[in-house]
Amino acid sequence: MTTPDVISVGYLVAAVLFILGLKGLGRPRTAVRGNLMGATGMLVAILVTLLDQSIISYLALAVALLIGSVVGVLLAVKVKMTSMPELVALFNGFGGGASVLVATASFIEAVDLGSADNRLAIAAGVTALIGAVTFSGSIIAFFKLQESLKGSGFTGLHLVRAAVMLVSVGLVAMVALQPDTRGWLWALVGAGLLLGVLGTIAIGGADMPVVIALLNAFSGVAASATGFVLDNSLLIIAGSLVGASGLILTRIMCTAMNRSIYDVIFSAAPAAAVGRDDSDVYGDRVTATSAEEVAMILEIADRVVIVPGYGLAVAQAQHAVRDLMTSLEASGTEVVFGIHPVAGRMPGHMNVLLAEAEIDYEHLLDMNQVNPTFAQTDVTIVIGANDVVNPSARTDPGSPIAGMPILDVDESRTVIVIKRSLSPGFAGIANPLFAADNTFMLFGDGKQAVLDIVAALVSV
Amino acid sequence: MTLLIALTLFVLAVFLGLELITKVPATLHTPLMSGSNAVSGITLIGALVSAGADHTMLTTTLGFVAVTLATINVVGGFLVTNRMLAMFAGRKKRRP
Repeated sequence: MTTPDVISVGYLVAAVLFILGLKGLGRPRTAVRGNLMGATGMLVAILVTLLDQSIISYLALAVALLIGSVVGVLLAVKVKMTSMPELVALFNGFGGGASVLVATASFIEAVDLGSADNRLAIAAGVTALIGAVTFSGSIIAFFKLQESLKGSGFTGLHLVRAAVMLVSVGLVAMVALQPDTRGWLWALVGAGLLLGVLGTIAIGGADMPVVIALLNAFSGVAASATGFVLDNSLLIIAGSLVGASGLILTRIMCTAMNRSIYDVIFSAAPAAAVGRDDSDVYGDRVTATSAEEVAMILEIADRVVIVPGYGLAVAQAQHAVRDLMTSLEASGTEVVFGIHPVAGRMPGHMNVLLAEAEIDYEHLLDMNQVNPTFAQTDVTIVIGANDVVNPSARTDPGSPIAGMPILDVDESRTVIVIKRSLSPGFAGIANPLFAADNTFMLFGDGKQAVLDIVAALVSV
Repeated sequence: MTLLIALTLFVLAVFLGLELITKVPATLHTPLMSGSNAVSGITLIGALVSAGADHTMLTTTLGFVAVTLATINVVGGFLVTNRMLAMFAGRKKRRP
């Protein structure tokens, strides 16, 4: 076999391993093996690529691979489970950024050698655009998740965004028409970076799962487009697989928020609700409670559902919640967790946190499983969730979240809401649940409140 | 590879991906995302050729940065996915 043949066969093996790997990642029993298969496929792909005859200097490669590996290992080992969304966003951005650089470098090389044609130019342009959007979008998402960047956009943002999109398409055409002028390609990268920023700058917390999933899809598409630049079948196949999986996750997240993918990408930033005063909803009907009272209510409960939200991650309350579960189960109470698909900041965020606290996933029920059981539930404890338990979604057609599927916690006999204050959630609207007759508010930090309940349970 | 063959690969792989990952339980949403994200670091193999080809200083530099970024994506992505999945698996062993 000639060297190119060895490379091609290696790529085929890698593609098969990626397919089996992604398939494995979709089922709990095979997920670990699936991930290993993916990693093996990547190793095979890298090793055979190093045989490529156009690679003449290995020293620089070794240095870059070493730096990347060390940084990658450190990030993966050090990250706290509560910071997982940030890390995923960051990795996503790096992948997108790498695609831009590769496409740009090979296009410049082809132009220098006089072998650039329209097809290559268009592929390079598209890669530069999508990759740049992925890069800057992910970086903005990263800073937003760290809460070191706030911002809600400005009026007319969607118009500016549409304009930049049009300009970008025009720039792709210019790259194709005048491949010798490098400026067009750089301008396109700039436009892509700007577009990524404009697309994510207005994103609030609740939209994060959709955006993270969408950026994940983009990073796949960017890799696939790079494959068109390099004429590389493995890049095309692997990139499209990732694009498809990201698209599926995006769709799941959109359904859970009652929004369309089109809305998320193209619509104006969701306007904060104005008009009705919070005091109309709350009045003097909000009942505050104490940890001791909650412990007494829990004492006589047979079935308890815990509904976690992003506030659980912020308060790092996952271990405290596990203690609460253990202590309730010790006295014979059934405890399950009800998890809304968009609870948290990325798809599956709550599941990862609760897994870290060693809570069995048999205890974690998704929305469709848990909703029919609320009517038979004695106590539901809501920790750091707001919009996903807001009954306005069902009852008030004029509400910004009208039609969004929610957890019907208000159907349980008693609802305990652990929250710092009555401040609204991401949707900016008051939550009638807090003023319901069967709801008690336990104000305070999520972790401390849960620890207090556990302590009170012991002393009851 | 002709453009048509490349497009064929692209379209078939998208359909394959959509079929492969239809019903994913919520527990696996994050690992699937970070695992597939690591796979998208496949752009690394393109970066290796750009960085190693020694064409011009500019392309080598772009390639070098690309190799570094893509390696972080690949190594970190697979490792952190494994770490998350180990949490799920570890729990099962303790509770037979």
